[in-house]
Amino acid sequence: MTKRFALGGVALFAAALLSSTVQAKTLVYCSEGSPEGFNPSLYTAGTTFDASSRTLYNRLVEFERGTTTLGPALAESWEISDDGLEYTFNLRSGVKFHSTETFTPTRDMNADDVVWSFERQRDAEHPYHTVSGGTYEYFQGMAMPDLIKAVEKVDDMTIKFVLNTPEAPFLANLGMDFASIMSAEYADAMSAAGTPEDVDLNPVGTGPFQLVAYQKDAVIRYKAHPDYWAGKAMIDDLVFAITQDPSVRWQKVQAGECHVMPYPNPADIEEIAAHPDVELMEQEGLNVGYLAFNVEKPPFDNKVVRQALNMAINKEAILDAVFQGAGSVAKNPIPPTIWSYNDAVEDYAYDPDKAKAMLAEAGVADLKTNIWAMPVQRPYNPNAKRMAELVQADWAAVGVEAEIVSFEWGEYLKRSKEGEHDTVLLGWTGDNGDPDNFLHVLLGCAAADDGTNRARWCHKPFDDLLIEAKQVSDVGERTSLYEQAQVIFKEEAPWVTVAHSIVFKPVRKEVKDFKIDPFGGHIFYGVDIEG
Amino acid sequence: MIRFVLTRLGVLIPTFIGVTIVAFALIRLVPGDPIELLVGERGISEERHAELRARFGFDKPLPVQYLSFLGNVAQGDLGNSLVTRKPVLDEFLTLFPATLELGLCGLLFAIVLGIPAGIIAGVKRGSAFDHVLMGTSLTGFSMPIFWWGLLLIILFSGILKWTPVSGRIDLLYFFPPVTGFMLIDSLLSGQEGAFKSAVRHLILPTIVLGTIPLAVIARQTRSAMLEVLGEDYIRTARAKGLTPRRIIGLHALRNALIPVITVIGLSASTAFSGAILTESIFSWPGIGKWLIDSVARRDYPSVQGGILMIATIVMLVNFTVDILYGMINPRIRYGR
Repeated sequence: MTKRFALGGVALFAAALLSSTVQAKTLVYCSEGSPEGFNPSLYTAGTTFDASSRTLYNRLVEFERGTTTLGPALAESWEISDDGLEYTFNLRSGVKFHSTETFTPTRDMNADDVVWSFERQRDAEHPYHTVSGGTYEYFQGMAMPDLIKAVEKVDDMTIKFVLNTPEAPFLANLGMDFASIMSAEYADAMSAAGTPEDVDLNPVGTGPFQLVAYQKDAVIRYKAHPDYWAGKAMIDDLVFAITQDPSVRWQKVQAGECHVMPYPNPADIEEIAAHPDVELMEQEGLNVGYLAFNVEKPPFDNKVVRQALNMAINKEAILDAVFQGAGSVAKNPIPPTIWSYNDAVEDYAYDPDKAKAMLAEAGVADLKTNIWAMPVQRPYNPNAKRMAELVQADWAAVGVEAEIVSFEWGEYLKRSKEGEHDTVLLGWTGDNGDPDNFLHVLLGCAAADDGTNRARWCHKPFDDLLIEAKQVSDVGERTSLYEQAQVIFKEEAPWVTVAHSIVFKPVRKEVKDFKIDPFGGHIFYGVDIEG
Repeated sequence: MIRFVLTRLGVLIPTFIGVTIVAFALIRLVPGDPIELLVGERGISEERHAELRARFGFDKPLPVQYLSFLGNVAQGDLGNSLVTRKPVLDEFLTLFPATLELGLCGLLFAIVLGIPAGIIAGVKRGSAFDHVLMGTSLTGFSMPIFWWGLLLIILFSGILKWTPVSGRIDLLYFFPPVTGFMLIDSLLSGQEGAFKSAVRHLILPTIVLGTIPLAVIARQTRSAMLEVLGEDYIRTARAKGLTPRRIIGLHALRNALIPVITVIGLSASTAFSGAILTESIFSWPGIGKWLIDSVARRDYPSVQGGILMIATIVMLVNFTVDILYGMINPRIRYGR
């Protein structure tokens, strides 16, 4: 690493000399923490993806910046077989990998790199599978080992994925960070040199920026990849100044020490919005915060009870108290930024009197239950304890006595997965912008078996729609299926859909064309800076 | 003297073993499964969970895990972080110089200001200076570090713009870490202005970290001075007609310093705990911040390795202080 610094430093110095007449454009991003590493397939944190997949690497398909729409990237085009089992990608030619002081690529990106990137994660016998303590939790979590039957190189520029079952969201999975394409040639070279872990430590990708230096908990430095396939980035140098405290990040933005910052303190929002040099960007997050009823436990097996308890909750009051304006009321289990969001669905109106009457009608009197509240802040729920208290008060008003329960976070996840709760507060942040990633993962029958479906709700008419939607690749057809599913969901009311958060991003005004990424990432290709 | 050093050294070994047990046990007593935390809301199948537990060695009985940890420690291996997968020792050694640099500066700040202030307050007991000093030091001692740090940032960096907000050096300067100490590395780099920038970045964190030790040292020096100034030999010295300067500087101070050295030794370990918060506020890339993150993620190897390293260092500091005592005061050396 020291050598990397020395050479990197010389290179930067030389670059600075060459461009002494033209000032290099440097953008400083005050990131919130250190990345776990630089190989996105090994890790699961968004902080890591910002520093790796979104700067250093590309995927076969990628989401258009600022949207959840998939578009071509390293694959120029693709065909899906009629049975939905074969995905064939035509790769882009002339894609260059980064050159570093230890490695100079001799060829452009090709099918071997794609095969290598997936086989390393998929095949336990692959020579790189266990390098860097390899556990590929995202690849595993998206059920890719069960899904992919084979990754075949058709020719140098064509690659084919064969699936075990049709799965329409597969394409969106390939746009996710773990599916970044790495250099097989570099891996071979590092293997031969006896330092295979260098592939993960000193990354070589095809992305718009390449790594210059990293000092843990302090700074990450990148420079623009001069031969980037989509054209060199408009900024020359990109710096991540790692700053953990949100108030300090805001001080740095004001002082001009950084240009963009994530996750401002809710208390600072008003001041940020009023600052003359800073634009406060905002967007609805790709998430949902919910309260799930455990439908295996009476009386929550009765949908009338679930509907009544939905009506008993004043969501607007929760939004004000818990989100302080940084959220919007949720009526569907998917956020409005996802395609197939059914805006025609009507939410249960706040009506304690009707709720009381319905509970009486269902024969429920003196109900004693519990509300589990998460011990941590999450994007979809900044203060679960406060939220639980408000729900508790609302339910008390209709004669339901609820006790608030909490555990340490790991324990909370584990116990709620095992169904120990009566009702539980939780939420979800989308991975790939596909409705399946919310509906099937959180509400499907398979998820009820493995516990990710915290309502443990398995409703066949709903599940059938989801399974059917997995098997057709036409987006129009899938949209209609998901819209119907959302109607059933609302009627059956396994959850109280509470809120979608609003994401704020303070950006200094000299920064041009920064877009908020709906997936919560920070992407600096396509961004420019003035002065 | 050699016997004294050997006895003290003999105590270190069982203490070290004790520390390994505490370091190993503490993080495991905290509820929470590192694997569940790793996957979050996404969840993990039971088979995969068992597979990962086996991979990390968590499936073995605790005594077996402990012995294997101890065996590895004996070979200088603290294991690999569950989060970054890198050797814990490497991570510690990369971050430690930053903590040490800040800790030393904070301590130096506390000593340089605290001892003279304490002496003056002691000598001029009851004066306005004494009252102001004692009042200020009580405030300094009870101030929450987090609030104090943010207050200084808002005033000196935000409003007055005298100091940078956070970090160790301006991003403009870029050179390889040689010693890990920014003050030294910036000088070695030969880049103009780098050293000045490093100093400017050190000012606020030094003040924040040094505040509590400063208050403690000043109060301790004052009370030790008061005690010594009331002793018979001081009266004798006065009666002999020695100048007040000689009495205070030579006779009183030397004896008053013993409890002050004890407090400085203890402050060295407080500096570590203070570093945790100070580092978080000033984005200082040291071990305090690293340890907090590791605890939150239940990164067992990092937490136990980190605690072990810190405890070892504190033990060595205390050992040195003990030896220093022995040198200053022979009664301690020969006392039974």
